[in-house]
Amino acid sequence: MNNKEFQIVVLAKQVPDTHNVGKDAMKEDGTINRAALPAIFNPDDLKALEMALACKDALKDIMPVKVTIITMGPSRAAEIIRESMFRGADNGFVVSDRRFAGSDTLATSYALSAAVKKLGKIDIVFSGRQAIDGDTAQVGPQVAEKLEIPQITYAEDLLYVAEDEIVIKRRLERGVETVKTGFPVLVTVHGNANDCRPRHAKLLMTNKKACSVSEVLERQQSMEDMEALWAKKPFLKIEEWNADDINPDFERLGLTGSPTKVKSIENVVLTSKENKKINNSESEINELMKELVSAHII
Amino acid sequence: MNFYNDNKSLKFYLSHPVMDKIIKLKERDFVDSDNDMMAPVNVEDAIDNYDKVLEIVGDLAANVLEANAENVDHEGPQVLNNEIVYAKGTQKNHEVLRDAGLYGMSLPRKYKGLNFPYVPYVMAAEIVSRADAGFANIWGLQDCAETIYEFASEEIKEKYLPLINEGMTCSMALTEPDAGSDLQSVRLKASFDDEHNCWRLNGVKRFITNGDADIQLVLARSEEGTTDGRGLSYFLYDRRDNAVTVRRIENKLGIKGSPTAELVFNNAPALIIGERRMGLIKYVMSLMNGARLGVGAQSVGLAEAAYHEALEYAKQREQFGKAIINFPQVYEMLGLMRAKIDATRTLLYETSRFVDLYKAYDSVSKERSLTAEERQDMKYSQRHADMMTPMLKLFASEYANQIAYDCIQVHGGSGFMKEYKCERLYRDARILSIYEGTSQLQVVAAIRFIGNGSYLKRIEEYEAMPLAEELLPLRQRIVKMKENYLKIVEAADKFGTSSETYDFLARRMVEAMGHLIMSHLLLQDVNRSKELDNTEAPEFMNSCKIMIALGESEIAKILTFVENFKEEDLQMYK
Ligand SMILES: Cc1cc2nc3c(=O)[nH]c(=O)nc-3n(C[C@H](O)[C@H](O)[C@H](O)COP(=O)(O)OP(=O)(O)OC[C@H]3O[C@@H](n4cnc5c(N)ncnc54)[C@H](O)[C@@H]3O)c2cc1C
Ligand SMILES: Cc1cc2nc3c(=O)[nH]c(=O)nc-3n(C[C@H](O)[C@H](O)[C@H](O)COP(=O)(O)OP(=O)(O)OC[C@H]3O[C@@H](n4cnc5c(N)ncnc54)[C@H](O)[C@@H]3O)c2cc1C
Repeated sequence: MNNKEFQIVVLAKQVPDTHNVGKDAMKEDGTINRAALPAIFNPDDLKALEMALACKDALKDIMPVKVTIITMGPSRAAEIIRESMFRGADNGFVVSDRRFAGSDTLATSYALSAAVKKLGKIDIVFSGRQAIDGDTAQVGPQVAEKLEIPQITYAEDLLYVAEDEIVIKRRLERGVETVKTGFPVLVTVHGNANDCRPRHAKLLMTNKKACSVSEVLERQQSMEDMEALWAKKPFLKIEEWNADDINPDFERLGLTGSPTKVKSIENVVLTSKENKKINNSESEINELMKELVSAHII
Repeated sequence: MNFYNDNKSLKFYLSHPVMDKIIKLKERDFVDSDNDMMAPVNVEDAIDNYDKVLEIVGDLAANVLEANAENVDHEGPQVLNNEIVYAKGTQKNHEVLRDAGLYGMSLPRKYKGLNFPYVPYVMAAEIVSRADAGFANIWGLQDCAETIYEFASEEIKEKYLPLINEGMTCSMALTEPDAGSDLQSVRLKASFDDEHNCWRLNGVKRFITNGDADIQLVLARSEEGTTDGRGLSYFLYDRRDNAVTVRRIENKLGIKGSPTAELVFNNAPALIIGERRMGLIKYVMSLMNGARLGVGAQSVGLAEAAYHEALEYAKQREQFGKAIINFPQVYEMLGLMRAKIDATRTLLYETSRFVDLYKAYDSVSKERSLTAEERQDMKYSQRHADMMTPMLKLFASEYANQIAYDCIQVHGGSGFMKEYKCERLYRDARILSIYEGTSQLQVVAAIRFIGNGSYLKRIEEYEAMPLAEELLPLRQRIVKMKENYLKIVEAADKFGTSSETYDFLARRMVEAMGHLIMSHLLLQDVNRSKELDNTEAPEFMNSCKIMIALGESEIAKILTFVENFKEEDLQMYK
C-alpha cells in the first residue's frame, strides 16, 4: 500500500431546481427567484461525484484516497456536502462570502481555483459539465486553466484509473474519444455518465449530524454541544471559507472580477410560430423526412 | 415519489411508545455510541436513523424498483449453465439496495449490519413490496441471517454474516415434493463424512425461492431411521462448493421475477446450524415466524399499491356522466380497501413489536443473564409473537387478495388487460396465502391460542388500556362483539376441542378473534393519533369504524353458522 494520500476534489453546486419551475420562478426583472425554487444538487455534479467515488473504489486498496467537495454558495450549500458524504465523500468546504456576489464564470472559476489551491497538492479535480441554472459549461475548463493543469471535458465513462494515470471516454458531438493522461487533471463530467450511487444507510447514520458553524447558528442549536461533538468526531465539521481564507487577489472576485455585464434580460415565452399538419401517408411522411434531413435536424 | 414519505402511517408506528423499550434493549442502552461512528446516542437519535434510512428505501422503491417491476414480470429469471440468472431489472434492484447498505438490516453492527429492530426492517419490507412483491422475496431472504445469528456457532457467524451486508443472497430450502405443509416428512438426507469432517447432503428440494443463492439454509434428515420432525437438522450450504444442480425453475402465475427452483443436492458439503435434531422443531419454526412476518409486510405493501391504483383510476374514470368514485358501490370498495390495509398494518406492527422484544431479550441473554422480570417479559413477548404471527399471516394475505381482486373490479374491463398494473398485482397476490404456510396452516397454528384463552387475555388487556372518553362507545361495540365471540367458542367447544367438527369450525373461530384484535388495535391508534395532536398523524377513525362494522356483521354471521351446525353436517361436505 502506497502511503501518499490520493486527493480528489469535486466541484459541486447547489442550484435551483429549474426542472420543476412554477409560475413564480422568475422575478419581474427577469432574474431567477431562488426563494421560490427548491435547491438541489446540480445533476451533472452528482455524476461528477459518482466518477470521483468510482476512482476512490478503484484505488482505495492500493493507497489512501480522499474525496473532498468544494462548493461555492450561501451557507445552506453545506447540504450538498452532507449529501455527498452520505454517498461516500470524505468531507467538504463551503466557500461563502458576500464579496463573491455577482460573480460571473470568470470570477467563479477564479475563486474556485484559489480554494482548490488552498488544499495543496491535488490529483484529480472533477466538476459537472454544466450547472442547470447557468448552462455555460465554462467553469470547469476555466478552473483547469487557472490551475494550469490539463483538462478532459465531457467525460462519459471512467475506463481505467491507477496510481499514475486515468483513461476516460469523452462524449463528442459525433462520436466518442478515449483519452489517457497522468495527474493532476481536471475532468468535467457529462450528463450521460453513470448515475450517482444511492445514499448509503451506514454513511447516512455516521454523517447525518455533519454541519457548519453557520448552520448551527441558523438553527439556533447550542454551539457548545456542537463543539463537543466536533471534538469527538472532527469529520462532522463542515468547514467554511470566506474570501480571506483563500488568499485571493480581491480585484478578481465578485462583481469587480466579472467582465460580463448583463445588458437586459427578457422573459421569453416559447410559442410555435409555424405549425404544419402532416397526413399519415407515405408521400407526406417522405416529404417531411426530406425537409428534416436538409435542415440538418436528423 | 417516495413510498416512505407518502405514507404517514409508517412514521406513526415508528414512534409507538413501546419503541422506547425496544430500542434501549436493541442498543444495550447505547453502549456503542462512543466507539461506533454510526451508533445512535439515544432513542430519538435511533428513530431519526430509522426515519432517514427508510427515506432511502422509499426513494429507491418508488423510483427504481417500481420502474423495473413491469419488465421484471415480463422477462423473469432463467437457468443458464446450471445458474439462475435474474431478470435485468431484478439484478439492478439487488445492486442498488446493496449499494445503499440495505442488506443485513437487523444484524448487529459487529456483523456489518445496521442493528435495526424488526419494526423499521418490516417497514422496509412493506415499502419494497409495494414496488415489487416478487423482488421483496429476494431482498427479504436476508431473514436467514437472523437464524444464523440466533442459532449458529460463532465460527459460522463470523464467516457468513458480514457477507450479507455485501449483498450475498440467501435461500431457505425446506419444501420437497412430498413435504410441503407437512415438513415433518422431509427426506433429504444428511450424513456425516468422517473423512472430510463435514456433513453431506443428498436429495431433492422443490419450490425454493432464490434456490441458487450464495448461502442456502437446508432442512435435512440427519438421524437415520427416524420419520418425524425430531430427526431433522438444519444446515448451511455454501454455493461456492458447486454441489447442487438447479433442475428447473417454475413457470408461475405471479411473482414471476422471483425464481422458484427445484434443486438436487449431490453429496453437497454442509455445516450444521446449532444442534442436531433441533432443525424443524426449533430453528425452522423460528425462521418461519420471521418469514411469516415478511409475508405480512409483503401483503400490506402489495395491498397499498393496489389501493393507490384503484383510487387513482376511480377518480379519473367517468361513466354515466360522473367519476365512478361517486357511486356508492365503488367508494365502498375503496373505503373497505383502506380499512383492511389499516387493520392489517396495525396488526403487522403490533406483531413486529412483540417479535422485537423477545428477540432483543434473547440477544441480550447471550451476553448476560436476564433478571427475573426480564425473563418474564421475554416469555410474554414470545408467546404474543407466536400467537399474533399466524393471525397476521392469515388476515394480511387474504385481505391482500381481496384488495387486488377489487382493484381489478374498480378498473372494469381495463383491469382485465395486461396494460394495467392491477393485473400483475392480482397475480402476485395469489401466492401470499400459500407460501410460508397456507392460510389453513395458519388456522392450525392459531387455534391453539383460541383453545387456551391466550388471545382472549390479550383482548382483556386491550379493553383495559386507557382510552379517550369519546371513544368509549366504540370500545363498547367491540366488547359486544366479544360476547358473540364467546358464544361461538362455547358452541364449538361442545363438540370437544379435539373433534373433527372443532377443526371444521376452527377457521371461523380464528377469524372472529381476528376481527376483535384488529378493531381494538385500530381504536388504540385512533386514540394515540388524537393525543399526538399533530396534523401529520394519520386519522384512523374511518377505518376503525368500518372495521368494527365489518367485524360485527362477520361475527354475527359466524355465530349463526356455528350455533346451527350439527356434527352430522360434516357429511354434507365430504
Ligand atoms: C412461489 C413459491 C415459492 C416458494 N418458496 C419456498 C421456499 O423458498 N422455501 C421452501 O421451503 N418452500 C417454498 N415454497 C413452498 C411452500 O411453502 C409450499 O408450497 C407450501 O408450504 C404448501 O405446501 P404444498 O405446496 O406442498 O401444498 P400441500 O401441503 O400439498 O397443501 C395442499 C392444500 O392442502 C391444505 N392442507 C395441507 N395440510 C393441511 C392440514 N393439516 N389442515 C388443513 N389443510 C391442509 C393446504 O392448506 C393446501 O390448501 C414455495 C412455494 C411457492 C409456490
Ligand atoms: C375480455 C372482454 C371481453 C369483452 N367483450 C365485449 C363484447 O364482446 N362486446 C362489448 O360490447 N363489450 C365487451 N366487453 C366490454 C365489457 O362489457 C365492459 O368492460 C364492461 O361492461 C365494463 O365496462 P368498463 O370496462 O367500461 O368499466 P366501467 O363501466 O368503467 O366500470 C368501472 C367500475 O365502475 C363501476 N360502475 C360503473 N358504473 C357504475 C354505476 N352506475 N354504479 C355502480 N358502479 C358503477 C363498475 O362496476 C366497475 O367496478 C368486453 C370486455 C372484456 C374485458
